[in-house]
Amino acid sequence: MRVMAQMAMVMNLDKCIGCHTCSVTCKQAWTNRSGTEYVWFNNVETRPGLGYPRTYEDQEKWRGGWEVTRRGRLRLKGGNRFKKLATIFSNPKLPSINEYYEPWTYDYSTLTDAPAQEHTPVARPRSLISGENMKVEWSANWDDDLGGSTATAHRDPMLKKIADKVKFEFEQTFMFYLPRICEHCLNPSCAASCPSGAIYKRSEDGIVLVDQDRCRGWRMCVSGCPYKKVYFNHRTGKAEKCTFCFPRIEVGIPTVCSETCVGRLRYIGLMLYDADRVLEAASVAEDQDLYEAQRSVFLDPFDPAVVREAERAGIPRDWLDAAQRSPIHALINRYKVALPLHPEYRTMPMVWYIPPLSPVVDVVKDTGEDAEDTGNLFAAIDALRIPVEYLAELFTAGDVAPVDRTLKKLAAMRSYMRDVNMGREPNAAIPQGVGMSEEEMYDMYRLLALAKYDERYVIPPAHAEQAHSLEELATECSLDYDGGPGMGGSGPFGEGSGSPTPIAVENFQMLQNRQSADTLAGPAGKASRVNLLNWDGKGAPSGLFPPKSQGPGPVAPGSTPDTSDDGATGSGGTGGLTGGADLR
Amino acid sequence: MSEFFFVVFPYICVTVFVVGHVWRYRYDKFGWTTRSSQLYENRLLRIGSPMFHFGILFVFLGHVMGLGVPESWTSAVGLSEHWYHVLAISIGAVAGFSTIVGMVILIYRRRTVGPVFSATTRMDKFMYAVLASVIVLGLVNTAGQVVADYNYREGVSVWFRGIWRGALYPQLMEEAPLSFQVHGVLAMFLFALWPFTRLVHVFSAPLGYLTRPYIVYRSRDDAELGSHRPRRGWERIGS
Ligand code: SF4
Ligand code: SF4
Repeated sequence: MRVMAQMAMVMNLDKCIGCHTCSVTCKQAWTNRSGTEYVWFNNVETRPGLGYPRTYEDQEKWRGGWEVTRRGRLRLKGGNRFKKLATIFSNPKLPSINEYYEPWTYDYSTLTDAPAQEHTPVARPRSLISGENMKVEWSANWDDDLGGSTATAHRDPMLKKIADKVKFEFEQTFMFYLPRICEHCLNPSCAASCPSGAIYKRSEDGIVLVDQDRCRGWRMCVSGCPYKKVYFNHRTGKAEKCTFCFPRIEVGIPTVCSETCVGRLRYIGLMLYDADRVLEAASVAEDQDLYEAQRSVFLDPFDPAVVREAERAGIPRDWLDAAQRSPIHALINRYKVALPLHPEYRTMPMVWYIPPLSPVVDVVKDTGEDAEDTGNLFAAIDALRIPVEYLAELFTAGDVAPVDRTLKKLAAMRSYMRDVNMGREPNAAIPQGVGMSEEEMYDMYRLLALAKYDERYVIPPAHAEQAHSLEELATECSLDYDGGPGMGGSGPFGEGSGSPTPIAVENFQMLQNRQSADTLAGPAGKASRVNLLNWDGKGAPSGLFPPKSQGPGPVAPGSTPDTSDDGATGSGGTGGLTGGADLR
Repeated sequence: MSEFFFVVFPYICVTVFVVGHVWRYRYDKFGWTTRSSQLYENRLLRIGSPMFHFGILFVFLGHVMGLGVPESWTSAVGLSEHWYHVLAISIGAVAGFSTIVGMVILIYRRRTVGPVFSATTRMDKFMYAVLASVIVLGLVNTAGQVVADYNYREGVSVWFRGIWRGALYPQLMEEAPLSFQVHGVLAMFLFALWPFTRLVHVFSAPLGYLTRPYIVYRSRDDAELGSHRPRRGWERIGS
């Protein structure tokens, strides 16, 4: 047994409202540079739909991920090492920019420069790639909310598999949102495809990263990743991918997409797994066994033998505690409601999903029946084969049984909790019907419906011995590689070349204090200083205004207030401005 | 004059080549890439790029043979001058042809495909001009071999090997036909240019891929995370 820790995420799809806040904040944080216009580390797809890039799920076409040979050996679907090297001068499976979309801006200056004329001038779209005028025909989210789906959705590779049953008519359709980030796989085929060995998995937390100094722009990772979550920065000539916001994770706060998620549907925590068994699990013969195979690789953090081995492997105590409290462990292994996205790619993805019950609920509601009654819901789950089969194509390689089980658990929770909330006698038969105790059902409900910030995100900070290097004052900063957020201008050899520009990162620790404080203003008694980057407009950041001086005299120049850590409880008039603390 | 071009200049170029690469590698690991433009356009690249690259690999091997291996060695293994010639010219012609056709396709693509053209730096254009001239002249020389009978293996090659041993034979180059002279000098210049262009990607040919394990694990506090501050004296100015 070789115990390793993996930072993982679960998303509860029922709660996703498709607002794209996660995508936008992620883009703003990581990919708002030239060369990454089309890069969405986080994107939200409407399903059924083509996804981003278009039809990326069709591995017969793109050949990403792994496959097993007849003799049971795992190999890259895109070909072995020799084949990769032989095709290095022209990658045969690289999606062109049109499979993503051609990014554009608008020619805004005509709005102000245009001479007087009869018609109002318009800002025409301009390609950010060629600089020419262009016709906008596709984007990262063209089929959002099934827009235009009558024309395109039949090309959805997952829908094709069950196509003979689907008539894409609006009256019968169903839809849900699928937010996607890099899966930070246990068996990442992007890393395996990289000729330079620039993509690596961090041994502490399993985050998969591209070393920007080693990447040579061979683009094999883009083809290798079946989820198409490595992107090629066309200005710097390097591959970039979701970083799981590692600089934030290292200080114990969640990724930007999770932090800003409107539906609060994302969970982050640790999973312990046995690294020695990953290959074996990824090589099982049947695609449909992969879900269980992957679950069998995970270790029970409460098992004393596992704890002992983990300690021997150098996993610190507080990480083990965090693994025990991990919401991911609870959702995947205790309640078994989370499922992996496309296990059949055999990369052992680590961002899992709780499938949405809403397509089913909607149908029941539309018929005028009670959509919170277990009987009705169970019957609907059995009857509505199309949504269920579609979900199975996404999450279990087509095996409907696990999806069925999960949906029934969610349906059971819905009716059971209605009784509780209405003050009626809870019906113990409901949890029993799905193999859970009443207590378990309630705990699951708590986790899915009520869990607070620090229950949804159980993130042990990277280790204290190294903590000095994680603070912004430190001499080194994980972000300051070029093309990272420390992006410099143009060096002598083209975009982004040259040595890195160090930048100051906001003090993450402070943000976390605020987020978990349950007060509107800066938390009293916790260290803080003026940092407008973290200020969300509520109250006044502590330390912004000087504490009212005792006498009428001016504040002495030496007594700068910016380290005051009691702004909220400061004496005198500032109490009103920072008075959010009183709302407790 | 010939002293400068055939003695001093080569040494300058070799020095710039070596020092330049060390400097670039230390200063600009991030800029060390192929700068691929495949994302923009694939139809022409799919044909042009492999033709050019495989062609030039063979051309390189040909040069190693022609310049690096003395005539006496090949005769010693029983390869007569005549047959060597036939071999060199036929292989050289195929490789050279493929290189040049590939190059024409790639340059055409660079010029006509909007996104590719706008991603071309001034340095790129300059380098392409030099590279193209060197290749064209090389092909001219190869073609010339068919008609004229300048034996470069007793001229240019001896001069070239001499550079490495410190034995200087500028007169050998003086006797060579003009196209050989220009080809040699321009090639030297290309080497001087090398470290400052995208050509550096040649030195990252990923042969290690064949032997390394598929999945690379690295520790977070690995000093190579790219998280170190610039070394003293290498900071970016004006930031
Ligand atoms: S999902 Fe992420 S870790 Fe997995 S293969 Fe793709 S890029 Fe690599
Ligand atoms: S922010 Fe949350 S709710 Fe909104 S699209 Fe993203 S995952 Fe869905």
